Amino acid sequence: MIGAGHAGLAISRVLSEHSIDHIVLERGEVANSWRCERWDSLRLLTPNWQSRLPGYSYNGADPDGFMTMPEVVELISRFAAASSAPVRTHTTVTALSCIDGGYRVATDSGEIRCRSVMLASGGANIARVPAVRQAVPQRIECVTAFDYRNPDRLPPGGVLIVGASATGVQLADEIQRSGRPVTLSVGEHVRLPRTYRGRDVLWWMESSGVWSQRYDEIDDLERARRLPSPQLVGAPEHATLDVNVLRAAGVEIVGRLAAIRDGRALFSGGLRNQFALADLKMERLLATFDDWACNNALNVEVGPAERFPPTAVPASPRLSLDLRSGEIRSIIWATGFCPDYRWLDLPVINHKGELRHDGGVVVGAPGVYAIGLPVLRRRKSTFMLGAEDDARDLVGHLARYLAGGVRPA
Amino acid sequence: MAQESVNNGVNLDALLAAREALKGAPEAAKFTWRASCKWQSGTHATSTVQGFHGLGNEQSHKTEFSFETDHPEIFASEDHGATPVELVLVGLASCLTAGVATVAQNRGIQLRSVEAKLEGKMNLYGILGIDSDVRNGYDDIKVTFHIDADASKKDIEALVAQSQKRSAVYDIVTNPTNVTVEVV
Repeated sequence: MIGAGHAGLAISRVLSEHSIDHIVLERGEVANSWRCERWDSLRLLTPNWQSRLPGYSYNGADPDGFMTMPEVVELISRFAAASSAPVRTHTTVTALSCIDGGYRVATDSGEIRCRSVMLASGGANIARVPAVRQAVPQRIECVTAFDYRNPDRLPPGGVLIVGASATGVQLADEIQRSGRPVTLSVGEHVRLPRTYRGRDVLWWMESSGVWSQRYDEIDDLERARRLPSPQLVGAPEHATLDVNVLRAAGVEIVGRLAAIRDGRALFSGGLRNQFALADLKMERLLATFDDWACNNALNVEVGPAERFPPTAVPASPRLSLDLRSGEIRSIIWATGFCPDYRWLDLPVINHKGELRHDGGVVVGAPGVYAIGLPVLRRRKSTFMLGAEDDARDLVGHLARYLAGGVRPA
Repeated sequence: MAQESVNNGVNLDALLAAREALKGAPEAAKFTWRASCKWQSGTHATSTVQGFHGLGNEQSHKTEFSFETDHPEIFASEDHGATPVELVLVGLASCLTAGVATVAQNRGIQLRSVEAKLEGKMNLYGILGIDSDVRNGYDDIKVTFHIDADASKKDIEALVAQSQKRSAVYDIVTNPTNVTVEVV
């Protein structure tokens, strides 16, 4: 097992239940990326009662609250201890290659040979920054969501945030509040209200079964796996954080960053349609919830159906911004993440640098599995509560593989 | 998803088959479109299109298509054809409309009529060099669709949104493109 985050530890727990001998290699401490690669104010998007792992469920005093990062680290560490997970910390895997009948895992403290490998190093190891980064004038400080900690570490003055997923909208809100004027560049995005009909929107995602939809039931799986994270924040006041809210707070909204030419950032004029698509998709999802509530006689338990105002389009959003004028002092690239597979010496990566896998069963390397990637086996695969079902499926497959009963994918 | 009874004149099976085939043939998906233009007199010019490159080979329209462009008489021109900026609207309108038909077919929506009206706003201070802060091109383009179809208003809005999302001309108009102009 490579990686001792929640997904790796969930697998470890299920492996132990099956008495399958294993070790968990971790480059740092348990829950390392939650310790080291998150900004200060971040809280989980899922309410506490949804923080579930195999054999663990939340029993604290604030089921509807959202965990801070230290609380997440504590939860995962306690889970590791309670499951007696065989974690070897401060062990960085440097290469994974194929040998006769199994795999050779090279680490910075020696070599391990094994029959099977589980990749649980996560889907967010590297900040994905578009090539236009190269054209940013030198005086502007560039940071990614990995480097960002809090507004005070940014230079004073204007901030351009590129990307309007959960990361982009949360940072836009926090930085605008710090007194730095924020310009938010919005491309394709997923709009969601924090609460719907009196319940948290993620309650709806889970209860209605949307989150349990399997990868092999989804029409356009590639698209589902590329979907940006929804515009949500785990704020104690359960506030919605969409483009309308940010505009009311004074954030300037511009279209997708299309190019930087001669020191000028050029934004797409297609903002109106990005809003239309996000509004339509949100309405379609809410209608799915309504149908489900109606079919399950829940209409009396939840509040009345709601519809939210469409995203207001700025009268004439700016199409260009001079990055040399001093108006913008820093740029935050909230343009997504990708896994780091540079250490894999296996023919399992496609031309776009993505792992070839069928629901976590890696194609081209029998006995190698992945967990914790977007829509790996279900829509909820990257959330903490999604780890258990995926772990049970994959350990089931692994047990058959070790017994000699499965053909390689 | 496509329903047998829906017919918008779109050969969806062929399109979907082509999409699948091109997934495994990235080179074949690289197309080059061409146009030629010959000056006539004044602001009058004649442009033609016929050949293009795609699917790894030289390709050709069935015949050569020709377009006259000029400026109206209030520009002291002879008005032999549409202005080039009107042709841009034509390109945008026809691309979005073709997209509407294709997406409707894919979603099983029968169209009865699709009409689009386009308006592009432009301040001549730009092209006349009167005010350097005014751009030459359109500062705003508005497309209004009137669609009669077997679908709800929401489904029609979704159809038009998806057509924009997949439109080449919409992308060309809304996003910057590198342009190289050479004299040989």
